[in-house]
Amino acid sequence: MSRVLNRHRAILDFALSSLLRRKTKNLALFAVYTLLIAVIASLIFFVQALKREAALVLSEAPDMVVQRMVAGRHDLIPTGYGDIISTIRGVSSVTPRLWGYYYDPVFKANYTLLVRDTEPLQPGSIIIGSGVARNQRITAGDLLNFRSYHGLPLLLTVTEILPHASELVAADLVLMARQDFQAMFSLPAGVATDLAVTVANPRELITVANKVAAKFPDTRPILKSELLRTYDSLFDWRGGMIVVMLGVAVLAFVIFAWDKATGLSAEERREIGILKSIGWETTDVLLLKFWEGTTVSLSAFMAGVLLAYLHVFFGSAALFSHALKGWAVLYPQFRLVPVIDGYQLAVLFTLTVLPYTAATIIPAWLAATIAPDAAMRS
Amino acid sequence: MIELQQVTKRYSVGRNDQFTAVDQVDLTIEPARLTVLKGPSGSGKTTLLSLIGCMARPTSGRIMLRGVTTSFFDAADVTAGFDVSGLPERFLTEIRRRAFGFIFQQFHLVKGISALENIMLPVYPCGEDWNSLRNRAAQLLEQFDLVRQARSPVDWLSGGELQRVAIARALINQPLAVIADEPTAHLDSRLSRELMERIGALKAAGTTVLVASHDPLVYDSPLVDRVIELRDGRIVAGQDSA
Repeated sequence: MSRVLNRHRAILDFALSSLLRRKTKNLALFAVYTLLIAVIASLIFFVQALKREAALVLSEAPDMVVQRMVAGRHDLIPTGYGDIISTIRGVSSVTPRLWGYYYDPVFKANYTLLVRDTEPLQPGSIIIGSGVARNQRITAGDLLNFRSYHGLPLLLTVTEILPHASELVAADLVLMARQDFQAMFSLPAGVATDLAVTVANPRELITVANKVAAKFPDTRPILKSELLRTYDSLFDWRGGMIVVMLGVAVLAFVIFAWDKATGLSAEERREIGILKSIGWETTDVLLLKFWEGTTVSLSAFMAGVLLAYLHVFFGSAALFSHALKGWAVLYPQFRLVPVIDGYQLAVLFTLTVLPYTAATIIPAWLAATIAPDAAMRS
Repeated sequence: MIELQQVTKRYSVGRNDQFTAVDQVDLTIEPARLTVLKGPSGSGKTTLLSLIGCMARPTSGRIMLRGVTTSFFDAADVTAGFDVSGLPERFLTEIRRRAFGFIFQQFHLVKGISALENIMLPVYPCGEDWNSLRNRAAQLLEQFDLVRQARSPVDWLSGGELQRVAIARALINQPLAVIADEPTAHLDSRLSRELMERIGALKAAGTTVLVASHDPLVYDSPLVDRVIELRDGRIVAGQDSA
C-alpha cells in the first residue's frame, strides 16, 4: 500500500514541478479555465437562486384565483361573485383583490398598485417599494403625486418604505387604500380585479374550479399549480436563454480543451521520450499527465466556482443581471440568497474536469506509446 | 551476465525501406568489465545497446540475462538465466529498472528541474520510500561533487556537471550494468578523459560497463577490457573466442 502511495506521491510531486516549469503557459491555461467555469457556474447559481425566489413568492399565493373574462380579456369581476363562490362546499375564504399598473410618464417607470386587505391603509397614505423610492428620490413622510384616471392629480403620503429584503418582488410596488385605488382608476364599488379563493382540501381544488366555471361561465379559475407552471416556464424561458449562453460557454471550453488536447509541445514530447528511456512505463507517463491535468482542472474548477459564488451572491451577478433580471425601468437591487444545487455542480464537474483531464491524457498516451529506445536513437 | 545468440534487428520489416541494423550477432558480456562497441555511424552500435538494455526486442535471436532478480522469474531462472527477447514491455521495463543504468549521447536530462530531481527521476514510479531515495541521491551528489549544484536547474550547469548528473542518474537504481551511448560525443578532451576515469571507477566498484563510441579517447583507453568492432550490423573484430 505504501509503495502505491509513494509512487503517487513521487509522480504528483514531479507533476507539480512540471506545471511550475511551464508557469506562464499553465497560468494562462488556469486563468482561461477559471473564467469559463466562473461564467458557467454563475449562470447556474443565478438561475437556481431566481427559481428559489419564485418558489418562495408562489408559496404565499392563493390556492385559486378567479378572473372574469370579456372577449377573451381579463376584466373586473363583481364582488358578488365572491359571495356566491364562498358558498361552494370546500371553499374556506374568498378575498376580492384590487391591483393594477400605473405608468409614471415623468419618471418613465411602471408601478404595481395593490390594495392591502390584511391591514387596510388609511385613505391618503401609501407604502412604497424601495425601487419606487429610489426612482422618485423620496422617503417616508414625502408626498407622491399620481395622475388619476380623470387627469386630476392625486397626492398621497408615503408612510413607509418596504424593506430592502423584499426588493425582488416589491421593488415597484405601491400599497394603497381601497378608496384611493378606486378614486385613481374611477372604479365603481362592488368590483375587484380578481378573487383569491382558499380551499381547505387541495384535492377538492379541481372540483371547486369546475363548479366556479359552471356557475360563472364568464370567469376563469386559475389554480396555484397553473401559476407555478407559468412561472416555471417563465424561468425556463430565461433558463432557455441561459442554456444558450451555457452552450456557448461549454463550446468555448470544448475548443479550449481540444486546443490543449491536440498539442503537446516538442519539449513535452522530448520529456516523455526521456522518461520512457530511463525506465518509466506508459502507465507512469499517463499517471503523470493525469495528475497534471487534474491539478489544473480541479484547482480551476474550485476557483471558478468560488468566483461565481462571490459574483452571484455578493456581487449581485453584476456581469449579466441587466440581461436577466427583467425588463422594467425599476431594476430591483437585491442580493440573492445563496442556493447551491449539488447535482448541477456535479454535472458541471463531469462536463469540464473529466473531459479536460482526458484531453490532456490522450496526446500524452499517443506520445508515450513510443518505443523506449526512441530517445536513444534521437 | 549478458549473452546474445544470433541476434538480428530489422526495422520497417516488409516495407521498401526495410533495413537490418544488427545482423546475427553472437556476443557475451562479462560482468564487472568495461566493454566498448566501436564502429562508424550506422554500424549498429546504438541498436545493439538498446537491445542489450531491454529497450527494444530483437527481430530474431535470443538475449539471455543471468543474475538479474525480477518479480516474475524464480531464483533458479535468475541463476540459469532467462531469455528477454520475447518478454512484454512491462517485464522489460522492470528488468531495465533493476539491471541497467543509461547514459545517453546528449545526456537527456529534463530541463527546468534541479540536478537532484533529475537524479531521482528514474525511481519515481517504483514507489520507493521518499527519504531513502533522497538519501541515496544525496550520496551520489556527494560522490560526483555536485552538492553545490543539487538545487540548481540543470539548464544552469556546465558540460562537465551535466555529464556527472547523467552518470549519477544512471546509478540511482544501483544497476548491475551501465550502458553509455557515445558519452563523449559532446565533450572536449579534458571532460572525455574525466568521464573515462569515472567509468573506470564504476568498473572497479564491480559494475559492468558497456559503451558505444567511435572516439579513440574511449576505445584506446587503458581502462577498456574489450573492444568489439561493428560494421553494417555485424561484429568484425573482438568476437567471442569460441
